[in-house]
Amino acid sequence: MCGIVGLFLKDKALEPRLGSLLSDMLITMTDRGPDSAGIAIYGETSDGKAKVTVQSAAPGADFLDLAEDLAKAGLTAELAVKSTHAVILIDQSDLANIRSVLTVVRPNVRIMGSGESVEIFKEVGLPKDVVQRFSVRAMGGTHGIGHTRMATESAVTTLGAHPFSTGADQCLVHNGSLSNHNNLRRELIREGMSFETQNDSEVAAAYLTAEMAKGKDLGQALTGALDDLDGFFTFVVGTKTGFGVVRDPIACKPAVMAETEQYVAFGSEYRALVNLPGIETARVWEPEPATVYFWDHEKTA
Amino acid sequence: MPVFDLSHTPLRDLNSALHNLGAGSNDTLFEVVNPRGHHAVAVGIDAPVTVEVKGSVGYYCAGMNDGGTVTIHGSAGPGVAENMMSGTVFIEGDASQYAGATGRGGLLVIKGNAASRCGISMKGIDIVVRGSIGHMSAFMGQSGHLVVCGDAGEALGDSLYEAKLFVRGTVKSLGADCIEKPMKPKHLAKLAELLAKAGITDVKPEEFRRYGSARKLYNFNIDNADAY
Repeated sequence: MCGIVGLFLKDKALEPRLGSLLSDMLITMTDRGPDSAGIAIYGETSDGKAKVTVQSAAPGADFLDLAEDLAKAGLTAELAVKSTHAVILIDQSDLANIRSVLTVVRPNVRIMGSGESVEIFKEVGLPKDVVQRFSVRAMGGTHGIGHTRMATESAVTTLGAHPFSTGADQCLVHNGSLSNHNNLRRELIREGMSFETQNDSEVAAAYLTAEMAKGKDLGQALTGALDDLDGFFTFVVGTKTGFGVVRDPIACKPAVMAETEQYVAFGSEYRALVNLPGIETARVWEPEPATVYFWDHEKTA
Repeated sequence: MPVFDLSHTPLRDLNSALHNLGAGSNDTLFEVVNPRGHHAVAVGIDAPVTVEVKGSVGYYCAGMNDGGTVTIHGSAGPGVAENMMSGTVFIEGDASQYAGATGRGGLLVIKGNAASRCGISMKGIDIVVRGSIGHMSAFMGQSGHLVVCGDAGEALGDSLYEAKLFVRGTVKSLGADCIEKPMKPKHLAKLAELLAKAGITDVKPEEFRRYGSARKLYNFNIDNADAY
């Protein structure tokens, strides 16, 4: 079944509350997917710096001395550890190198996502435990997406949890199941994409990344997904400044959106939205099938 | 009048109270406040009771209703009034997917819009929508009436049996075996009756078009295979 939430803030005054609002939305969706939970938050950026969120099954050993070991490999890094995850702050110019350096100095560490602003935290377990573990409530930011998973297409593991991030500052959450993901994965591998899981949703994320790498914006990539992805899907996606929603033409996976002057919100069910400020007077609607909805801070600014 | 505040009262208490109404009960009007998108609000009513729901509900509100009058002062999630037997369900706002699905009787009135599959497999229910409806509505509709004052989405009435469909606005496309049919005096009279019951006074029966089954897919016939 799976539950999806998303919140794109237009009002800066709400930014300190992003993590708290998203946490409530996510916990409400627990009974749509109790297998795992994940959240991607687009937070503060600092000039010339990039963030890499990594995960380890043995954080005590893997994160100890990681900054020093990266320094020995020529990368200046600051480390902020949160439970099984750590956010590594590096120079923007080192972003291309860090993946290969990490495979040498910490082969067991997995990269959850990277970019100027995104941080991704995901684990197996109930949403309330996951948000507590990573102190999501305390996080601020401009927009974020979250997912509670009921596993259908692949194993219940940390890597099988959503959001999936396959490009800098890009991530995707998915409710549904794709039927042509194996074929599409092969084609994307031929184009140079790499995959960490057998999960169908990771293919959708990689597809969007590959399309955007060809010069499309998120809205255009999502339009292409309607032709190239087969199966059932409601996708909510984030980029550094953007937030998008698309449903397949059959649109049997549920979706509700709300918009006020302060925010755009997405939930698999209306229940997920009831604690948002001003929801009583928000414009609430069900996104149309095969229709791309897309907001961007840079375009609205 | 019993009032159930779902922000602190378990939903089960509300539904139990509704199920335990005996014949001649003095409780004829219930109010439900703070539904906050809860699922299965006021399901399984089998008494002539009135329920006023003050807010929006989630899945399956007023399902299996048999004789009750439920008004939702907000919007409804998927499967509202599913398998209604008799009675009336009013929705002030919008309805999500498969509103009134498999309904055997009674009246469902949606003041706003309904999403996809409105009235799917309807079996005797009457549905009146003030706004528009989504794709695949009245799919396999067997009997009853679907009245749409706005527009209809793709594949209206796909594989339709004997449900009668009336649409005032545009129809994006008709499903397999669904055709436009002439509006006869008896249809205009039925439409007038349904609009009146729904409290809709500003549209005329003459403004609607009627759609129904071409009856070619009732029994499998190899010559019709392409139509499926």
